[in-house]
Formats: sequence, structure tokens, C-alpha cells
Amino acid sequence: MHRRGVGAGAIAKRKLAEAKYKERGTVLAEDQLAQMSKQLDMFKTNLEEFASKHKQEIRKNPEFRVQFQDMCATIGVDPLASGKGFWSEMLGVGDFYYELGVQIVEVCLALKHRNGGLITLEELHQQVLKGRGKFAQDVSQDDLLRAIKKLKVLGSGFGIIPVGGTYLIQSVPAELNMDHTVVLQLAEKNGYVTVGEIKSSLKWETERAKQVLEHLLKEGMAWLDTQAAGEPQYWLPALFTELYSQEVTPEEAKEAIP
Amino acid sequence: RGVRRHDGEEKVKFDSGVLLLSTHRLIWRDQKNHECCIAVPLSQIVFIEEQSAGIGKSAKIVVHLHPASSNKEPGPLQSSKYSYIKLSFKEHGQIEFYRRLSEEITQRRWENMPTGQTIQVISRMGRIRAVGIVGIERKLEEKRKETDKNISEAFEDLSKLMEKAKEMVELSKSIANKIKEKQGDITEDETIRFKSYLLSMGIANPVTRETYGSGTHYHMQLAKQLAGMLQTPLEERGGIMSLTEAYCLVNRARGLELLSPEDLVNACKMLESLKLPLRLRIFDSGVMVIELQSHNEEEMVASALETVSEKGSLTADEFAKLVGMSVLLAKERLLLAEKMGHLCRDDSVEGLRFYPNLFLTQS
Repeated sequence: MHRRGVGAGAIAKRKLAEAKYKERGTVLAEDQLAQMSKQLDMFKTNLEEFASKHKQEIRKNPEFRVQFQDMCATIGVDPLASGKGFWSEMLGVGDFYYELGVQIVEVCLALKHRNGGLITLEELHQQVLKGRGKFAQDVSQDDLLRAIKKLKVLGSGFGIIPVGGTYLIQSVPAELNMDHTVVLQLAEKNGYVTVGEIKSSLKWETERAKQVLEHLLKEGMAWLDTQAAGEPQYWLPALFTELYSQEVTPEEAKEAIP
Repeated sequence: RGVRRHDGEEKVKFDSGVLLLSTHRLIWRDQKNHECCIAVPLSQIVFIEEQSAGIGKSAKIVVHLHPASSNKEPGPLQSSKYSYIKLSFKEHGQIEFYRRLSEEITQRRWENMPTGQTIQVISRMGRIRAVGIVGIERKLEEKRKETDKNISEAFEDLSKLMEKAKEMVELSKSIANKIKEKQGDITEDETIRFKSYLLSMGIANPVTRETYGSGTHYHMQLAKQLAGMLQTPLEERGGIMSLTEAYCLVNRARGLELLSPEDLVNACKMLESLKLPLRLRIFDSGVMVIELQSHNEEEMVASALETVSEKGSLTADEFAKLVGMSVLLAKERLLLAEKMGHLCRDDSVEGLRFYPNLFLTQS
């Protein structure tokens, strides 16, 4: 009877077969790596050609940048992952966004004492443009968001919170969960929110509303106005400029000045 | 002005001239030698088309002509193999002129008016060129057309490029699968090679098991550079700084070829294994810092406790100001002191305040 797989001889044979199989596996990987290396070189050439024709387009045209980024995301490529990547080196996209990152950090740091580390995307945009000066390239809000997404990885608490039709940018490692976010969104309308409003809009109990508001107070993201008519109002300094920069008619202006 | 005549595809010797359009004829007159004048009766024109400008080429109007009739007056060439001429507009004006020429050809006014009458010059290129708002608008229009053309070309090229990039992504996935299957059979060198390919393309590393850390040779080099760059700034800041601060410092110093945030994190992850004098530390809160090897945060906690005791109690803000630290790091130090049991917290709406832990010291 033919007995398979038993005995020293069989074991030795199996080991040999396994070794050969492994070897082949390694060779396969080596082949593919060589192939990738070649294709990489070709791609680099294609990218160089593209850069020589359209590098300016990327620098100057925010819409084109958006298209470019979206296409990269669709195919699973992150052009901003590394300054050493082809995209960064040849198209210069890297420097553009990494420098923007530095400018965003600096603006947020400068304003943190006032707004507790929360700022609207609009105000951030304005401040960054101011800092860049007249002759710098145009920077869009989309550009800012992409730069911020990259900054997250540095661990200092950068976050993007959607509110109303825009975003609040967080730049401190304060923990903001869903409850906090929802209250921020509620406050966006008027720049402030009250316990009463939270209870009626979100159907929460007093305790839950109070906890959220107190957390925001502690973090310096909200200021308490106890002298307001009715119940105390919790104001968000992050939303101040938005309120103050509303259009004023000449009549309103006349009335405002004593 | 500035119009050049081409016979077919060849440039003929008629270079700088003024193009005049009348109801009957298209006249080209040499700018320098006014005697030299070439006319084409409009009736000879079959149709005209535009050729927009390109790199190194000026905008053109191509005028297709009927074969010459036998009683044609003598012209510059006896005959030509081409049935069209090209008018090259070196100094703009092509759009307006094309429009007028089209109008005249459509209206065919020469059929109604016998020749010999005073020629009404419809448009004189020299006058029309870039004068007043009309001229400026025309220039903008040309520029817009040019820009549109550039953008659509850019998008086309971009799409093609992305197709090729997609192939690279597919290939990298298949290699990653092979690596997963044959774990242990692929050499360290090959893994590093693969990782550097991924880095170049911006493809996330699909191999989940990070056998050799996240580093490539690039990150190793970077880590060594950072150790050099950050030594002094760290000493100036009491031996510790947040990763965000390091990011700004380093990139401001570089000016060009900046680091991505991920580059910095990946390089810092290698600091310890490369036995460099700096290290990366991640606090419970997620805050990431770089510290000197010689720095001992736990020791700093002892001095923090002293400071807080002196003042009775301190918030992170107050502590930061006293010691000359960033609020971010001040908070982390106080939290660490609390974790070690030296401080207690008082968490109220007025903020987070730390007190010496009397439960520990005064039993």
C-alpha cells in the first residue's frame, strides 16, 4: 500500500518542496518590485512633463487644485503625504500646503486666548490672507481645510467641526464630542445659546445641557453673560467677528453712533 | 498692423503690413513701402476660418480662394500650389477683423456696387488696434479664450496622468498582497524598497503589520537631521516642545522643500531606535512632544509641585506664565503630576485648577 506523507523521507521531501515554493515566492516579489521600479521611473517622467506644462495652473488656480486633489483621492493617492513624494517635489503642491499649515498654526495660537481654540473658517481665512500679504498666491477655504487635515497628525488637537453652512476649526486638544458639536451648531445662528434653547430644540434635559455648556466654559470656548434679559446666555467668541461684520445700512450706522 | 501674409503654408516675403478691408477687397499694404500693395477681391473668397494662437504662433485667419481667373491682374506670384492664404496677426486684432470680414463676405455688398466707386474702407486695422475700452475688452476676450484653452488642456493632461497613477496603485496592492502571503520571506531591504516606492507615489502602506516601523531611508536621514536642528531650540525651551511647534520651527528654517506633518511624525518615531539624543513622547491626551533624552518629565513634576505649593493653587494658564512654557505643555505637566498623585484638581466653571495633594502628604 502506498503510504503518503509519513516517514523521514517524506518529511524531507516536503521540506524541500516548501523551500522551493518559498524561493519562488521571493522571486515573484522581486520581479514585481523590479516592475514597479521601472513603472515608477516612467511615471516620474510623465509627471515631469505634466509639471512643465501645468505647474503654474496648480499654483495659481484654486479650482484646479480642488480637481487635482479630488482625482488623487479617488484613485487612492495622497499627494501631500510626504514632502519627498513625486507630487510634492515636481508639482510643488507640498510646499504650498505645508507652509499654509505653519501659517494656520500661528494664527490659531495668536487668537487662542480670545476664542479658546475655536475659530470659524472664515475668520481663519481672513487672518491667513492678511498674514500672507498682497503678493502671495491666492488661498481658498478648500486649501485651508486640506492643510488642516494634514496638521491633525501632529497631535495638537486640530479638528474640523461642521456648523451651519461652514466650519469651526479647533486647534486645542480639548475633547469635543457629539453633544458639544451639536450645541456649537445651535449657537452658530446667533453667536450664543441658552439652556432653554437647547432644551426646546434638542429635547435634552437640563442637566445634559448644563454639562455641555460648562465644559465649553471651562475650555474658554464660551463666555457667560449673566446680565442678559431672561436666562443667562453662553456666547462663543469664535463667532463674534461673523456677527460684527454684518452689513449695516447708513440709517443703522447713524443710530448706532451716539 | 503687424500682419504677415503666408502663401499657403509658406511664409512669403510679405511681413509687416497693414490689412485693410473694403466692401470689395481685402488689401494688404506694406508698412514700410506704401507702394507695395496686394489686393484680393472679396468675390474670390470661398470661405475663411480662424486659427487661434499657440505657443510661438500668432493668431491667424485662413482665407480660402477660388482658382484665379484668367484676367487676373499680375500679382506677387505667377502661380501657387495652394488655394489659400494665411494672414498672421502678430499684434492682435484677429477676432475683430475676422468678424468684419465674415460680415462683408456674407453681405456681398460688392455685387450691388460697381467697382470704381470710391472705396469705402470698412475697417482699418491700424486704427482699430487696442484703442479705448473696445480694444481692452478684445484683449481680455482673447486672453480668456487662451486661458480656457489652457485649462481644458490641463484637465485633459491631468486625467491621463491620473490613469497612469491608478495603475501604480493597482500594482502596489498586488505586491502588498504577495508580501502578506509570504511574510518572513521578503527581505528587510525589499520591504524598505517597497515602502520608499509607496512614499514617492503617496500611496498608503497597505501592509498592516509594520515589521520595520514606518520608516524608510528618507525618514532615517530626516531623524538625524532633526536631532541636529532641534537640539538648541529644545535646550532653550526647557528640554521639551510640542510636535506642532517643531513642525513650524523646522519648516520656517527650511524655507523650501518643506516637510509634511507625516514626514515629521514618521521621522520622530525613529529617533529612539536610532539612539539619537531626542525622543518622541505621546501623552495620554494624545498630545505629542519631542524631548531631549536628558529631559526627565517626571523630575520636572517635582519642581512643578513646588511651584504650585508656593502659590497655593494654579491653573494651566497661570502656571504657563510663571514658568515660561506654552499652555499646552504646562497643562500636560500638571496632568502628569496629578496622575502621579502629587496634585489634585478642582474642576469648575472657572476653569481647571490644581492644588497640592494634601490627602497624600497630610495623613
